Amino acid sequence: MALSSYVLFVILGSGLVTWLSRVVPFILLKQFKLPKVVVNFLGFVPICIMTALWMESLFNQHLGQFPSLNVPNALASIPTLISAMISKNLLIIVIVGVLSLAVVNLLV
Amino acid sequence: MRLTGDLDTKSALKETLPTVFGYIGIALAFGITARANGLSVLEIFLMSLITYAGSAEFVIVSLLALHAGIGSIVMSVFLVNARMILMSTVVAPYLSHESMAKNIWAGTLLTDETFALSMNKLNYTSHKLNFRWLDTANLFAYTVWGVASAVGGMLGNLINNPERYGFSFALVAMFIGLLYLQMISDRTIKLMIQFIVVLFVAVLMFLGMKWLPQNGLLLIVTLLGCGFGVVLKHGTK
Repeated sequence: MALSSYVLFVILGSGLVTWLSRVVPFILLKQFKLPKVVVNFLGFVPICIMTALWMESLFNQHLGQFPSLNVPNALASIPTLISAMISKNLLIIVIVGVLSLAVVNLLV
Repeated sequence: MRLTGDLDTKSALKETLPTVFGYIGIALAFGITARANGLSVLEIFLMSLITYAGSAEFVIVSLLALHAGIGSIVMSVFLVNARMILMSTVVAPYLSHESMAKNIWAGTLLTDETFALSMNKLNYTSHKLNFRWLDTANLFAYTVWGVASAVGGMLGNLINNPERYGFSFALVAMFIGLLYLQMISDRTIKLMIQFIVVLFVAVLMFLGMKWLPQNGLLLIVTLLGCGFGVVLKHGTK
């Protein structure tokens, strides 16, 4: 099995920057406490990040123009969101999502 | 399967199951895509074990295919993953009672999904988290991600066009599900405020895509969304 030094360096370099992003806050916050206002601020991180990640997959970026709708993902999002409201169960949501896109890909 | 108030290994395994199911689909798709772009199964496996970065791994593969410079690939990965700094900052205070080694280990394997899952979990455990629960969730996700990407690499030449089967949507479905579940279960922020913040972030993402590349944009919009949320929360008290 091939392992080129180019790919290996990319893997190690990317691994290092990702690891530091994940670990440095844990090391710092083991020693320091965050002020209340920062805690309040960070309380919004989950919904903001999840919304932003969802938006990224709903639209195709064309720098200089407004993004275009990613039609299959947008269509598949509808049953997925409805299943979330009805089931409140992550496993069901994921299964409905995957099946929705598979069906959309068959039809579109 | 609903989240419980228990923070033991068994409930962690059960509660991570949907995430892991989603990971199998995405990791298979990743392995197949990477193989199609000329990576060996060993390279795919190592990337998933060492870089371990979900969507950023797709970015790496596309840049490797263009023979981009090592420095520019690493920089792109940093930008794509800079949101990890925020997520780790949010989770870390809940583990500050555990040892430094455990904190570093928990951070090492944190992902978008185990982060969002633990944020959901907080709503059922009177805002407590422990190492055992998070570590079990992290390890389960990590193992499945590594194995499934290698299997995807082995299947590589047999299946083309993996997008056709809808697996790539597993991650998006997880984002939708985790967003919705977080909104309805977080009692520390009023539902109306959360809803306005979500709309604010959605509109800014749409507008921002005209001017800024997505990776940098995601981070900026997240920070603006959090700031807007704090203002709303205090303004409506």
